[in-house]
Amino acid sequence: MNALRNTIWAVAMVALFSGCASKVKLDDKPPVESRTGVGVGPGGAGAAGAGTSNVASVDLGKGATGTGTAPRVVYFDFDSYLVRDEFRPLIDTHAKTLAADRKKKMMIEGHTDERGGREYNLALGQKRSEAVLKSLVLMGAADAQLEAVSYGKERPAAQGTDEATWAKNRRAELNYK
Amino acid sequence: MWKRRSFIGACGAGLAGPVLAQFRVEISGVGATQVPIAIARFRDEDGAGLALSAIVRADLERSGLFKGIDTSSVVDERSSPVMGEWRARTVDALVGGSVTRLADGRFDVRFKLWDVIKGAELGGQSSAVAAGDLRLAAHRIADYVYEKLTGEKGVFSTRIAYVTKAGSRYTLRVADADGEGAQVALNSPEPIISPAWAPDGRELAYVSFENQKAAVWVQDVYSGKRNLVANFRGSNSAPAWSPDGKQLAATLTRDAGSQLYLMGRDGENVRRITTSAAIDTEPVFSPDGRSIYFVSDRGGGPQIYRMPAGGGSVQRITFDGSYNISPSISPDGRTLAYVTRQSNAFRLMVMDLAGGSAQAVSDTTEDESPSFAPNGRLIIYATRSQGRDVLMTTTLDGKIKARLVSTLVDVREPAWGPYGR
Repeated sequence: MNALRNTIWAVAMVALFSGCASKVKLDDKPPVESRTGVGVGPGGAGAAGAGTSNVASVDLGKGATGTGTAPRVVYFDFDSYLVRDEFRPLIDTHAKTLAADRKKKMMIEGHTDERGGREYNLALGQKRSEAVLKSLVLMGAADAQLEAVSYGKERPAAQGTDEATWAKNRRAELNYK
Repeated sequence: MWKRRSFIGACGAGLAGPVLAQFRVEISGVGATQVPIAIARFRDEDGAGLALSAIVRADLERSGLFKGIDTSSVVDERSSPVMGEWRARTVDALVGGSVTRLADGRFDVRFKLWDVIKGAELGGQSSAVAAGDLRLAAHRIADYVYEKLTGEKGVFSTRIAYVTKAGSRYTLRVADADGEGAQVALNSPEPIISPAWAPDGRELAYVSFENQKAAVWVQDVYSGKRNLVANFRGSNSAPAWSPDGKQLAATLTRDAGSQLYLMGRDGENVRRITTSAAIDTEPVFSPDGRSIYFVSDRGGGPQIYRMPAGGGSVQRITFDGSYNISPSISPDGRTLAYVTRQSNAFRLMVMDLAGGSAQAVSDTTEDESPSFAPNGRLIIYATRSQGRDVLMTTTLDGKIKARLVSTLVDVREPAWGPYGR
């Protein structure tokens, strides 16, 4: 039964892909950029212990431009949009960056975990991004540099149905535009 | 008379060719009395390439009110069926017909309905349709039979809109109410939520994140032409059409958190209609256009409220439970469908607005976005079953359900379209 279902699935996937005439393919991969940074390069034959079969792994992350390695995510408790004290230093860092260059702009994206309705969660995510926006303004950023938006539950950072996953998704992301 | 123009996907990147029939319909629960009905094969339907009789039978069976009796007989509308023979097979009603190719390439579809018990013709119709409308012609026959035998208007020839997600691809689709014949309205690498049919069925409003935030678009279903109607600062979402099709209600965050606004259908003349410090969202007009039901957490948790359509005094509607969202109002204005959270379960509820008592009508625990059929007899909703998002329809008492199971992708956000295609 499983074999049959897998066959049907495979045939269906092939048929679906071949039926697509859109410019953007369903299996579009993000363009690979060459970047310095994390990862082990393929070692030469002489590299101690590395061997020649190693493949370097480069993590593109979210592709944010801007403030280098400053962390950009604020996490929230369930049903809450209160910015916890532990995130104030992070927000302060970004507020100072924005204050130092009034041409810089930032989008703050609020997110929720996957529990609950889509529209209500969109609004909850919005409360989170707006709370971070208010904190940024209090710490020196200008309102005109900021926009608070929400993805609700549509863009989870992690997949899963346990509290550890949900905690990773209840967040606001600070993205320089 | 039975016209449907095909429409193309927007963004210049619509899928070409037919989308695979993705749905498998599974029915659970039966009506108290099922009418045994035989849908004979129509003369020459094989030549037309579409088994109209099979579609008619599947529609009627899916309602839970009919039991299709197997027959390989071919009966056309000119026949004089021998009623005794059909009665002997415990058939109460019989449908026969024909599909004849015309010189101009269209098809002449004819059918007749017989009451086998009384031995009388109940009626029939004929119509010329393009090949692309043969499926619609079959649904129209099912509607006719359903209405003649139950007294209720059928919704087999209506359409549903819904969103599918495959990996990081989101697609807004429009299909027949049985889930077949799906066509792509919008294909996007970003989420699409909250599709809402215009009352005349010609347009869909929806929320698209294609610009990295929630914005409300209105798209012409036939031409694919799109209009960005709400793109204010922050999030723009939850579009709802007024019954006259001239206005949209929506949730905007441009002034002070999520609040409700009215605007013309092209996004002009925006005015705020709620003034709370809370989240106000998910507006839906009453069928007479005079009220708006909506979700607000002004009392602590989200509950459903009602106010005059232009704003004004707000009346709370739901009181059971601490979390009630996603209102949908029946076409006669008397019944409210919504989703309640009970512990960790999200359950579809149906409530009589006069009596105030609410019933759970599903046995699943991740129900979302209910939407009434235009005859007020069915609700479509999204839920999760065996690890996949699926669409379900249910009668208002929860007794007869049909599961539209997509075998390829996750489906969500269903919206039932109006009559009048």
